[in-house]
Amino acid sequence: MADRKQLAFLLMDAPYESSRTTTAFRLVDAALRHGHHVTVFAYEGAVALSFARQAQHANAVHGRDLGEEDHPNPKDWIAALQEQARQAGATLTWINCGLCVDERGVGEAIADVRRGGPVDFWKAAEAADNTLVIPTRG
Amino acid sequence: MPKRILQILEGAYRATIEEQDDTVVWFTHAMRAGGAELTVVLRGNAVNYAVRAQDAAGLQFGGRKQTQPPDLARDVAKLVARGVPVFALSNDAADRGIGVGEMVDGVQLADRAKLTRLIAEHDLVFHW
Amino acid sequence: MAGYVLIESRDPFESNDVAYYYELAASLAADGQPVTLFLVQNGVLPARSSTRTPGLEALARAGVRVLADDFSLRERGIGRERLAPCVEPAPIDVVTEHLAGGAKVLWH
Repeated sequence: MADRKQLAFLLMDAPYESSRTTTAFRLVDAALRHGHHVTVFAYEGAVALSFARQAQHANAVHGRDLGEEDHPNPKDWIAALQEQARQAGATLTWINCGLCVDERGVGEAIADVRRGGPVDFWKAAEAADNTLVIPTRG
Repeated sequence: MPKRILQILEGAYRATIEEQDDTVVWFTHAMRAGGAELTVVLRGNAVNYAVRAQDAAGLQFGGRKQTQPPDLARDVAKLVARGVPVFALSNDAADRGIGVGEMVDGVQLADRAKLTRLIAEHDLVFHW
Repeated sequence: MAGYVLIESRDPFESNDVAYYYELAASLAADGQPVTLFLVQNGVLPARSSTRTPGLEALARAGVRVLADDFSLRERGIGRERLAPCVEPAPIDVVTEHLAGGAKVLWH
């Protein structure tokens, strides 16, 4: 694909806590749709986005059972983006900050997610054509 | 030649007790140790990180004492010592009643015009 | 392309720090670089003609291109007909295009 770039993102928000997570996924999706290679460094709470043990739930308030609710788990969004990358001939590299994983006890990640540290983010930023940090807020 | 990275920090005291660090200041140290070329701007409430007199020691929950409380003034001073220019936005400090004499040695004041120049001069700008 | 994209996710009704970010956009534009302010999430709330719209109008007069994420607008029921004239709806792809084009992209 013409003009394929390498873009890096850093995310910080834990699942289900901020609309920044949704916007971040939309940006990654947009980048992959345009055929760019993407590296995501998940820092702090964002390391739980890829936690393999997330589970869906029903929604009694709306009278929806498990299947009807079809509640999104971010791990499934990540897996879908990984597949989207493959289909586009691009790469989605997802790196979790290892120390952040350890302190949160979310060591079981979905496939094709690896551990790393701040230097991995720095190296990704060095290698990328551009980088966006999406910080969290206290 | 590594890219010149400008770290603009504005959030302050978010989870610093649990983490025993400000996680962005810590991250900056880790990148610096890896070889990154960095400049730090403290703005908003983060200008308070330049205050020497910060003291988070002494917390205890039941019998569990915190033995390594965060020491953000030390961590800012160490950035300076490691060759990372650290600026505090002057109007944000003044708004919060923080005088230069209260600040960690080596932290430089910058006005909004300087911030604009720093943004222009760096290859990457991370706004935390 | 290059220039700057300042992504504003906060709204001035809740955060008085938004003023700093709008001022930063204007300062960067005054330096002669192309600057886009991309409103997203609650950052689009002042895009509906309101008491806070003058802040965006001032940015547009200063040469800043003011865009609002189309999904965020729809999510909040802000139709195109309600937008302040200085604001254009835009897809999130604009941000990735600018990233790919080498703009410095900052999040607030």
